[in-house]
Order: sequence, then structure tokens, then C-alpha cells
Amino acid sequence: MTRKFKPYGPEITAVPDLKNRGQHSKALSQRADQAPSRRKLLLGAAAAAGAVALAASPKKARAVAPPGAVEYHVPVDPTLVPGRPPGLNGGYGTRSQFETEVREWSGSGTSSRTPLASSEGTITPSALHFERHHNGIPEIDPEDHTLLVHGMVKRPLTFSMADLKRLPSISRVAFIECSGNSAGEYHAARGNELHNMHGLVSSSEWTGVALSTVLREAGLEPGAAWILAEGRDASMLSRSIPVEKALDDAILAYAQNGEALRPEQGYPLRLLLPGWEGVTNVKWLHRLDVSDAPFQTREETSHYTDLNIITGEAKQFTFVMAAKSLILFPHPEVKLNGAGFYEITGLAWSGRGKIKRVEVTTDGGKTWHLAELQDPVLPKAQTRFRFPWVWDGERAILQSRATDETGYVQPSIRQLKEVRGDAERGNVNYHNNAIQTWQVNPGGTIENVHFSGNA
Amino acid sequence: MSTFLATHKLGIRFGVSALVLAVLTMDFGPAFAQGFTPGRYGIGTPANVELIASRDVDVRADGHGLPAGTGKYEAGAILFSQLCVDCHGENLLGGRERGGALIGGRGTLTSEYPRRTVESYWPFATILFDYIRRAMPYPSPGILEANEVYSVIAFILSEANIIEKSMVIDADNLAAIEMPNRDGFRSDWQPEMFR
Repeated sequence: MTRKFKPYGPEITAVPDLKNRGQHSKALSQRADQAPSRRKLLLGAAAAAGAVALAASPKKARAVAPPGAVEYHVPVDPTLVPGRPPGLNGGYGTRSQFETEVREWSGSGTSSRTPLASSEGTITPSALHFERHHNGIPEIDPEDHTLLVHGMVKRPLTFSMADLKRLPSISRVAFIECSGNSAGEYHAARGNELHNMHGLVSSSEWTGVALSTVLREAGLEPGAAWILAEGRDASMLSRSIPVEKALDDAILAYAQNGEALRPEQGYPLRLLLPGWEGVTNVKWLHRLDVSDAPFQTREETSHYTDLNIITGEAKQFTFVMAAKSLILFPHPEVKLNGAGFYEITGLAWSGRGKIKRVEVTTDGGKTWHLAELQDPVLPKAQTRFRFPWVWDGERAILQSRATDETGYVQPSIRQLKEVRGDAERGNVNYHNNAIQTWQVNPGGTIENVHFSGNA
Repeated sequence: MSTFLATHKLGIRFGVSALVLAVLTMDFGPAFAQGFTPGRYGIGTPANVELIASRDVDVRADGHGLPAGTGKYEAGAILFSQLCVDCHGENLLGGRERGGALIGGRGTLTSEYPRRTVESYWPFATILFDYIRRAMPYPSPGILEANEVYSVIAFILSEANIIEKSMVIDADNLAAIEMPNRDGFRSDWQPEMFR
């Protein structure tokens, strides 16, 4: 409701009786009489500060605020009452009680997925960054946390969090994608929700100290080639990382999107390997063991290896996440409301570097059009693309295809299967970066299909 | 003579200054202005042998890191029935809870239904020690002593028909056990290239 300005009244000849004027006095009485007790409880501290004014509202506030939100009274006309002061949420901001997006978590309790359908821009809110844990989220006191660097180094060292923060810091934007992302879509087009199909990818700005800086403090010995990175969770997750990557762009990250890492993202310290498969970005990092050979841990042999059922051979240490793009609007959870203009938009990313171009087709690959890329286009980060589309109301086949700066072109699902073979499970479906197809039906409904017609 | 000396001194001074400048600006451009000395930052605390030993739990494919101890099938069977059976099943083919099959699956890696198990897929027996000690049993990781870990391994590898039931496992023979899929892996950092 918008504010209705009152017309000019009669000439003022005496002090008006504002106290007994209708609307405001009614509002105040309703605050006292009708506010539910739970709300009184919530706002008790604020009421004590004497800073709350609530107007009457026929619209009921949400019975239960969504996760990450606080329930506040919703006035009919917010221009008629002072808003709340800062600090009611204890000084740490909360989202609107009308925003409900959450990460949907798996029944097994080992992962949760980013709600891609509602993503905007290129950065994932920390609270919506996907999760994959191998035995839960540990609760760690940073005062009690140190990083041990040992093995083939001249000076074995431990670093407290304060030590690491004294060293020169760097920040960069990077995506993290689980190598099992989109695995369920490899054998057949099965999903009808974006997050279930592709929600194991997220983007953040990460801050920390370059791993090369810390390794220089310890001093690598000649022949040092691999580093075991180990987490302090109940699985003590460990992966072997080549020294080459460690000295290139690896970061010991303690911050995400301008604040400390979230516990589920490795608080207080995680390894960040830009562009490399998610599991190598070891969370709750507490040990780096330098060696001349890979350690052959369970997570780089039994799991996170890519079986090729044509040869029977498995690829190991498949670190790089290849170029991928995904149309995030429209998608199967929405219905187009008749012919006309729609902006096709989505995200593209490559573990090899920058996205060079994204092409969009609306006719199943007969014709491809260049999508507009939103600046800045950053290496190993997600890039937003947009393509203006006028739908004629007929069946349409939507696809996007990314090319990165190395010339790598995102493959079709048919191309991937020709190389790797096809199976429902058995790690054959890892590193699935195939072109995703959305089929738009004449009624405006959208289906997830495998389509390699002209792709 | 005096001219030579002057030139010589100038040369030395120039050379030294250039060298100092070159060293200082290698990686530390901005810090130079604040009087930062090149080299390390000198941050971090030396880690002594005891601290390293207390954290260094990894076991490598060549057996490096394996502790003293022995393991036998019978003891492993008892431990398995107490600690592992809920997740991995009485016959080691998977149980009620999470946890996959540990045995079987040989010859399936080129089929449409490949089954990856310790028996059919894992390339090194040492992975069992490293992983069980650090992460198993899932509800209470870290409770097993070295002898117990070796025993569980003896039980699993026997049930997988990789070793004899009579074999006593220890630090000296675990790495040498030949796993069926030992040569099934190829290191390749990059996914296939498409253009």
C-alpha cells in the first residue's frame, strides 16, 4: 500500500490535538493489544531500548521466519511508522523474512546443494555455498588450531591462525565444483530441479595467504613433488597435491566473501586450489606433508577417480574442472507465460582459465548465437551470460555452450559417452560437464532432455 | 691512477646497489620501501619431532608410515562383526547403513554395472590401513589400535580371496600384497580435450 497524502486542511489557528488523531492512536493501541506474545519476546530487548514503533497490519507476519531471517512486524504502510533501528538482530545482518531459498541437503547427511534457480550475478552467498562432508562438520576453536608443515622441508613449522594472518594476504574469486556435480544427469536426463541436477558448484571471493609463501618459510627440499593436505574433521580427509599447483595459485584461505570462512566451508582454514575438483580444496586444514610421490589415499584411488568402462582403466588425479555452462533461466521449475520476450541467462566457468565465449541455441544447435558476458570475466571463476530471446510459442530446444581461453569447447553428452562409455554408476559419471538441454514445449512448460541432434 | 680508483669505486658501489636492489625487489617490491629484509618472513614455530610424530598418521603406497603390529583373520572377523557389520554387511557386500560393498566385483569394470570394491578396484593394500585408522569406524573414528587395524585388513583381504586366511599382516608385508587392480589407474590431471 502506498502512502495516501492528506489534502491541505483548514488554516491552523490553534495547537492541533494530534494525540487523539485517528490512525496513529489506533496503531499504538493495536501494538499493545494484538502483538503475539512470541513477538513481544523477540523484540523485548528492542522495546527496552524504546526504539520500536509498530503500525497496525491486517497482514499476518510469517508464523515462523525462514532460516537466516528474523520475524518482524509488517506494517501496512511502512512510510507511516519509523522503521526499526540497527542492532535488533544483535549486530549481524539477517535476510528478509520473505526470502526462503535454502540449500537442500541429502538424506545421507553428506552434502547440500546451492539453489541455482534463484542465483543472481556470480557470487554465491556463503550461507548457500554447496557442502560436501566426509564425516560431518567439525567445530573448531581457531585459538586451538595450527597448521603443521613437514616432510621434505628444510624447516618443519607450525603456524597458528595469527601467524597465517600476519603473512601477506591475497584475495581472488574462484568457483568450487564437486567432480560429482551433474553425475546424475550422465546416463539419462533425470532431474527436474536445477539444484538437484547441478547444485554442487558455487563461487566466492576467497582471502588467505599464498601457499607458496608458507612453503618458502619452510623451504622445500630438492625432489619435493607432492604434498598431502589433511583435514581435521572426523574423516581426516586427505589428498595429494602436486607441488606445481601449490606454487602456482594455491591459497590457504581463512576468509570467504569478506568474513571468516563458514564452519561448513572449513573454518578456520581451508586449502583453495582454483579450478580444481572440489574435494582437493581440503577443509579444516591442519597438516601439509611434503613428499616425492603421491600418497595414494582412499579419496584419490577408491573414490574421485574416473572409471572408463570402455578400457576398464580409471583416470586418477583428474584435478582440472573442464569448461561448463548452464542456462539458469528458463529451466524446468518455471513455466513460460506465453510467447514474447525472455532473457536467457546462466553461468559459465572453466578450471583452465577465463571463459572466452558462451553460445546459445534455441533450435537444438542448428544456429548458435553469441551470448553477452557480464564483466568482469575472471579466470577460474563463474561468468554470467545473457541472451535476449523472443519465443514464438513453438517447441524450442535451448542449450548453452562454453569455450574457455585455451580453446576447450564444452562437449555434448554424446561426445563424452563416446570417450568414456555409458553407465549409471561406478564413477563413470564424474566430471560431467556436458551441454545441458532444456526443451520448451508449446504450452510453456520446460523439460530436461538429452538432445544431441545437432549439438 | 686517481681517475681509475674513482671509476673503480663507482663501479663497485653501482654494482652492489644494483645487486641489493635486484634482490630486494624480486618478490617484495612494496616491502622494500619499508625496510623489509629479503628472504623469509620468519613467521611460524619450529615443529619438533614429537609434535610431528603425533600428527603424522599417513601411510603411503610403499608402506612408509606403517606402525609396528600384527593382524590375524580371526581377530579381524570379531572386530568386523562388532564395528563394521552395520554399514558393510555380514557378507561384506554392503549393509543397512551407509558403506558400500568391500568385496566382489572382479571383472565388472568394463561392464555396464561396474562394481568398485576393495577387491575389484583398490590398487594398494596400504590404503586400507591409512583409511581405516583415520576414518573408520564411521561413528567413532580413531578408536582402533594398530593390531586391530591390521586384523580387520587381514579379514577383508581374506574374504576378498586376495590373501590366505593364515597370513599374518604386518608393516613388512602389507605393501607387497598384490591387489587385483594394481595396474588399473593412470594419472591424468586434465579431462579429455574437446575442441
